[in-house]
Amino acid sequence: MADQRIRSHPILDASQRATVQFTFNGKQILAGEGEVISSALFANGIVVFNRHHRDMAPQGIFCANGQCAQCLVLADGRPVKACITLVRKGMDVRSLEGLPELPGDNNEVKPNKIKEYDIDVLIIGGGPAGLSAALELAGAGVEILIVDDKQALGGKLGLQTHNFFGSMNDCHAGMRGMDIGELLGSEIKELKNVKLWLDSPAVGAFLDGKIGILKQGVYTLVRPKNVLVTTGAREKPLAFPGCDLPGVYGAGAFQTLVNRDLVKASSKLFIVGGGNVGLIAAYHALQAGIEVRGIVEALPQCGGYKVHLDKVKRLGIPVWTSHTVLRAEGNGKLDKVTIAQLDKSFSPIQGTERTFEADTLLIAVGLSPVNEILSKAREFGFKVYAAGDADVIAEASAAMFSGKIIGRKMLQDMDFEVDIPKEWFETLEMLRAKPGLTHELSTGAQDALEIYPMVRCTQEIPCNPCTAVCPRHSIETSESKMTSLPWFKNECIGCTRCVTICPGLAITLVDRSYDLEEKLALVTLPWEMPDGTVWPGRIVKAVGFEGGSLGQAKVIALKASGWQNKRKLLLLEIACELADKVAGIQMYEAQEPESGKSLAEGEDDNTIVCRCERVTKGEIVSYIKETGVTDFNALKAALRVGMGPCGGKTCTDLVMRIFRQVLGREANVEQHVERPFTQEVPLSAFVKGEGK
Amino acid sequence: MASTNTGSDFDAIVIGAGSVGVPLTYFLAKEGMKVLCIDGNSSSGQGENKAAIGGVRATHSDPAKILICQESLKIFSAWKENTGTGIGWKMGGYCFPVYREQEEKTLQSILPIQKKFSLDIDWLDEKGIARVVNGINKKGLRGGTFSPKDGQISPLLAAESFTNEAKKLGAVFRFREHVESMMFDEGGQRSVVGVRTKTGEFKAGVVVNAAGAKATEICKMAGVNIPVVPDSHEAGITAPVKQFLGPLVVDIRPGPEGKTANFYFGQVESGQVIFCYTPLKPFYGEARACTSEFMPIIARRMVDLIPKLKGLTVRRLWRGLYPMTPDGVAVVGKAPGVEGFYVAIGMCGQGFMMGPGVGANLAALITKGKPIIDQEVFKLLSPARDFGGKKEKLA
Repeated sequence: MADQRIRSHPILDASQRATVQFTFNGKQILAGEGEVISSALFANGIVVFNRHHRDMAPQGIFCANGQCAQCLVLADGRPVKACITLVRKGMDVRSLEGLPELPGDNNEVKPNKIKEYDIDVLIIGGGPAGLSAALELAGAGVEILIVDDKQALGGKLGLQTHNFFGSMNDCHAGMRGMDIGELLGSEIKELKNVKLWLDSPAVGAFLDGKIGILKQGVYTLVRPKNVLVTTGAREKPLAFPGCDLPGVYGAGAFQTLVNRDLVKASSKLFIVGGGNVGLIAAYHALQAGIEVRGIVEALPQCGGYKVHLDKVKRLGIPVWTSHTVLRAEGNGKLDKVTIAQLDKSFSPIQGTERTFEADTLLIAVGLSPVNEILSKAREFGFKVYAAGDADVIAEASAAMFSGKIIGRKMLQDMDFEVDIPKEWFETLEMLRAKPGLTHELSTGAQDALEIYPMVRCTQEIPCNPCTAVCPRHSIETSESKMTSLPWFKNECIGCTRCVTICPGLAITLVDRSYDLEEKLALVTLPWEMPDGTVWPGRIVKAVGFEGGSLGQAKVIALKASGWQNKRKLLLLEIACELADKVAGIQMYEAQEPESGKSLAEGEDDNTIVCRCERVTKGEIVSYIKETGVTDFNALKAALRVGMGPCGGKTCTDLVMRIFRQVLGREANVEQHVERPFTQEVPLSAFVKGEGK
Repeated sequence: MASTNTGSDFDAIVIGAGSVGVPLTYFLAKEGMKVLCIDGNSSSGQGENKAAIGGVRATHSDPAKILICQESLKIFSAWKENTGTGIGWKMGGYCFPVYREQEEKTLQSILPIQKKFSLDIDWLDEKGIARVVNGINKKGLRGGTFSPKDGQISPLLAAESFTNEAKKLGAVFRFREHVESMMFDEGGQRSVVGVRTKTGEFKAGVVVNAAGAKATEICKMAGVNIPVVPDSHEAGITAPVKQFLGPLVVDIRPGPEGKTANFYFGQVESGQVIFCYTPLKPFYGEARACTSEFMPIIARRMVDLIPKLKGLTVRRLWRGLYPMTPDGVAVVGKAPGVEGFYVAIGMCGQGFMMGPGVGANLAALITKGKPIIDQEVFKLLSPARDFGGKKEKLA
């Protein structure tokens, strides 16, 4: 079977790991040691994991986060979620065809007591917000328990291979997310009053003040005096014909496969959503050597940071604004994606359909808080707090800072004498802010200089590490505000620190003294693409900051930055008149898509809305129309929408949207009722127990 | 007594669109009545119906319950054939396995009554039970009863389907309607002539209280005092697996943990295993949120009885209310002292299995003056009875 492992990566350590043998449907294949089943299967080119019992439709990875059950496989006879189950040597993994048999033997089980723990502070979620809060809380000597559903601390930080925005002081700006995760994790592990339970999802908050934790497969109960919920976010769903095909999944799942497990999950990728998540996923794909066929964004402008958008445009990725995905097609797995332009009312315009070949379509249309435990804990009167995305969706830098503030707030509520500086709230607001205005480029004071940085940061975003790293303090933002635009003031020694640290890859260094005779300049660009894509002597297509073609340039050198992170510096020889303009080189030639078919009458009716129970849009629309129901719970009863393993996490928004479409925006529709558990728990976990 | 009051908006108003109210609405509409069914929730079955396990058996010890549930079974089992809509009917039977002499005695003692009503129920020996209940723990197993004609239905599908069929017969459902008071005609005999809700007045010659856990409140509005107290029970459901368990299994031993009276579970038609226990001490009140206590207790009882159940995966938990009466018997019939006011309440946690039977019989009583089943037996459910009586042997 095809080897789909990433063997070289510009940022991540792609050196070969120890392997273990296991079988899939009887065939011997290899997994990385400590790897989850889903990643091992993808690495072997297997993307269909099971067939759904309702209609035997093929299913594969979807959330890769243990939240849904699209990735069920049989492992040694037991149905398990492939995305959270580690491969063991010799494991017999099989695709699940329809409903599983009840696994296991008739042997009696000796029950153990379910252990209960008392703790001052329970933190649910060891990501950026939870860890930052824990660091604040731990300082005061409070007993803390951090539980996390993953095998490692850091949450989604571990998937972020790019340099973070924000400020260096407040949230480690300029460091890569994964390194920040490591740093926070190692600081936490030093602390004696912090207990860590990894691979231990919190699965329910109960009326009697306890929280159920599936502690490495064993059920335990925690009675916390205070709870901090930092469970992060999940992707918003998008439903269209074919959205249920294997190969269509969330951007987070993709980052997990590629950046955590170094699996080349795709060879032809398409992305829907031009927010930061979609744009960064495109960049991560390119770093992994995955071709990105395009990005669609429904709005006339991408919502992500302009610097993220520009860096993918420079590399040659087409970004289709005012477009949406019309359908996904494929025989058992994704082969083709058709997009269409949207009119002002967001309806597809006939005749604008284009079809791309793609094996993977990432859904990156925004995030919503993972807050099921939070809302139950609030309902039941727990002393509960929230930070990070579980509270307000924003960048991870904001999550860290909000965790820091909440940590102090909790200490204050516990009568500790700690201060929360007023400026912290302003900083948090800035970090959470959506991108602000984009301004004309102001080139600063370089005119008289031979060597100077070109700072092309024109959009108001919370980011300022360039101002902190310049040894001459030559880059400033107005009023030292994090969201103000930086500009170059006066003096440059050509140290390239600003080029190296800028998270947006928006700074280049121009040296006009390079070849005065031939009027050639040497321009230093940040470079993070795979090895072997450029080399000294190569003639490349130089592009401007937003990807516009400038003509040819010659690669002089590719070198390590020699300062801080793994970013490389690319030295380009280019005509002096282009030196201020050049910001990148084009790696990909966009392929002209075929024209596509518009949606046929009734085609959208077959769109799967509830993935778990495979309920279509047509079924939902007809039931609402025929019966006049105005209650999500009636749909659950009649059609099983939202009754599957994910418990409506994926389809709730979609169903509410359908209600509004059918009944009008003002319709009073009763919401879906949530109940424990937030994820399925083996019955045996309630019998095992840690106690005697 | 069919209502033909001119000037009424409806012939009958049913308060409560639940396990009892919805089938009753259906049967009243089927008898040609113009029926309004009102409920405070946003759709049918959102009170206790959706919390029901869905077991349906005629094999009780109380004659009224036997006859009523026989009616229910007839209606449920023929529903798909009659309406074209499946409601998850699975005729897997009920099995009460027995491990101790005292439970054996209890079950054996009611067999004669059950036989008298020609119920298909038998005592099976250890081997018989082991054949019926796949993987049951044989250690100490003495035998048990098995009634193959009983089964399970999806309460969710049933509530929706009965509602839709009632609508086809002209019944009107109004949701998010909270009854605030009764309307009376004080001339001559005191009669209920309608209800007032926050949104307006609805008139009808017949008003039926099928308000489940809220029944007492509604009775008081009509000046009737019938004590129905909600008792809160927890339940859960697993992810589906291929059919492996035929009958709904009831273990009537008290739990070794000292907190449970009996517990029961069954695999529904769509493959999930649904489970519940009866707390030893009733938990009176309207608490609907789950506690941390339920799952560890029931999981132990389940894997003790059938070790293989350890391979299941638990998906969801919930809690529902058993509207309890002092004597443990439902209250169905015309309320004493008020004309036009009927009750179908206090189902003691068996409202779902009794619902269609109660609905069909009460509809017959209202429209034709007498129930379908033996009148004397039906009177055992009478609202006019003395509530000081004894509890049924096997609820």
